[in-house]
Amino acid sequence: MSGEFVINTLSLGSLYALMALGLVFVYGILKLVNFAYGEYIMVAGYGMYVLGIYTPTPWWATMIIAVLLAALTSYLTELVAFRPVRTKSLNAMLVTSFAVSVLLQNAVLLIVSPRARAVPLPAAFNASVTLFGVTTPLRNILTIITAVVLLAGLTLLMKYTVLGIAMRAAADKFTTTRLMGVQANMVISVAFIISGLLAGVVSIFWVGRSSSVDPLIGAAPLLIAFIATVMGGMNSLMGAVVGGFVYGLLFNVLSITLPASMVNYRDAFMFVIVILFLLFRPEGIIRGSYTEERVG
Amino acid sequence: MRSKRTILDAVLDRSTIVALIAVLVLVAFVMNAFAPPVFVDVYTYLCVSLIMVLGLQMFMGNSGILNWTYVGFVGIGAFVASICSTPAAVKAMGVPNMYPALVEINMPVLPALLIGGFVAAAVAAAVAWPLMRLSDAVGVITLFAALIVIHVIMTQWDNVTNGPRTFFGVPFFTTLWIAVIGACITLVAAHLFRESSLGLRLRASRDDRHAAKAIGINVVAVRYFSFVASSFIAGVGGGLWAHYITSFSPKSFYITEAFLLLTMLVVGGAGSISGAFSGTVIVTVMRELLRQLEGWLNNSGVISFEVYGLTEVSVAILLIVILIWRPGGIIGGSEIRLPFARKK
Repeated sequence: MSGEFVINTLSLGSLYALMALGLVFVYGILKLVNFAYGEYIMVAGYGMYVLGIYTPTPWWATMIIAVLLAALTSYLTELVAFRPVRTKSLNAMLVTSFAVSVLLQNAVLLIVSPRARAVPLPAAFNASVTLFGVTTPLRNILTIITAVVLLAGLTLLMKYTVLGIAMRAAADKFTTTRLMGVQANMVISVAFIISGLLAGVVSIFWVGRSSSVDPLIGAAPLLIAFIATVMGGMNSLMGAVVGGFVYGLLFNVLSITLPASMVNYRDAFMFVIVILFLLFRPEGIIRGSYTEERVG
Repeated sequence: MRSKRTILDAVLDRSTIVALIAVLVLVAFVMNAFAPPVFVDVYTYLCVSLIMVLGLQMFMGNSGILNWTYVGFVGIGAFVASICSTPAAVKAMGVPNMYPALVEINMPVLPALLIGGFVAAAVAAAVAWPLMRLSDAVGVITLFAALIVIHVIMTQWDNVTNGPRTFFGVPFFTTLWIAVIGACITLVAAHLFRESSLGLRLRASRDDRHAAKAIGINVVAVRYFSFVASSFIAGVGGGLWAHYITSFSPKSFYITEAFLLLTMLVVGGAGSISGAFSGTVIVTVMRELLRQLEGWLNNSGVISFEVYGLTEVSVAILLIVILIWRPGGIIGGSEIRLPFARKK
């Protein structure tokens, strides 16, 4: 266990935990796997591209606006697409989320370009720092710090505010929560906004890894969030975070230990693990509230 | 007591299917006689899509489980059928790493299509039992994950599929009439399946799986056999598609195509065969028109930039609008009936 491996895994795990958390915020309440989640990340990336290239906005303002843009996109998709189908079948909602994803991807294709665009980021972002005798990009350290701050903030929000308590209650028993006088639309909108905010933050670091953005950039984070939530536990926020770190660890371990000829099959392994989890431990590593989703 | 049935009764009972087949064949005659080759191509493609969508309807429409994996089985059928029917010399050249035993295989297209279907069904039969235990969101994620696993294997196993590169040299086989006949057979099969005891039990499990269990339906088994049957049609449909398009890569059996098939099914109405039929027609026609428009915009220089993705944006908007206004699809869950057919 070298220090480099630890820092890499922690930073990858933090990023994956944030991705998973964004997905599970909506899933917890609506039981909707939001396939459009990756596109919020993409939209934030394009926000940074447009602001960074075409306007003299300072980099910190660019990042804040990008995060807000992702939250706004998330909120708007909820308002326009998900709210009208919410009361219909689960399948209708899932197909809608997929349609939203295709729509956003191709809208960018249509408006900007199918080709990748460079995103300007402050040079310090990719500068190397040496910490505890390990040299690593500053970006990795920033990822860990951001994740810790965000997780702490969200924990406080969920534990001690009325809004947080209402959201946790809604994730447990939505109908009963509504009977208690909590407005369904409000809770769901907030869930989507938080999900979008997290997507925006993820976008900064995800785009930061390659310093470029393309219409399909959201696909990988979506799948990662997917795996992490399933492994950690789809019915608890804690589970998503744990799943993110476990996936980061597993990914790094598989990348190192798998023979070169098998590395290409890594994704297949990951998804076989997902299927096995769903079959044998559908509640994930962290058990959430009771849910009935299996027959036989 | 059942009164004596005449052939006319049998036809009237199946008026939907008879009408759909009549339309399909009639249009084929018209296309064959009068239409330019572009139309014939589009119509052939429509019929092949119809076969795939009907196979998807068999499981998804009747069980209510969103089946992402389906397009993976289409891919398996396409690859198996193509490997069986493509001449050895072409394979040796086009797929340099292929196992020698596979290179030697060569047979006529028709048995190759059936083998494609059987292999797809066999793969489905091997993996589906545990998957069928899951419902709702978890079931959807599992099937989605299964599609990704199939896709990764297809893109990486270059001894069989030529990896992510194009598999070319497949003999052309799917003419207009082959596609129409295939679509007619699939229409009848999907109809018989829907009305069969298995189909009825599957629909019962869709509407209320606890009630279905309570009256003695083995939900997992019913889903399992339907999934395998649906995968068989996927395989044959994939084979027909491969022998129409003649060169393809694993990219053609992934999320974009899964989404397209789902759109065709959901726009018309997943619950009925007439829904699957009309959805396929509407989406195919719309896509073709938009693609023509896109091509015209790009070539004529009316606008100064290249247009990409207009087709997909429009199809996605159509789908969202349909889901908001008519979540059951345009036709909905019950079959359209001809005015003179009596009600059951």
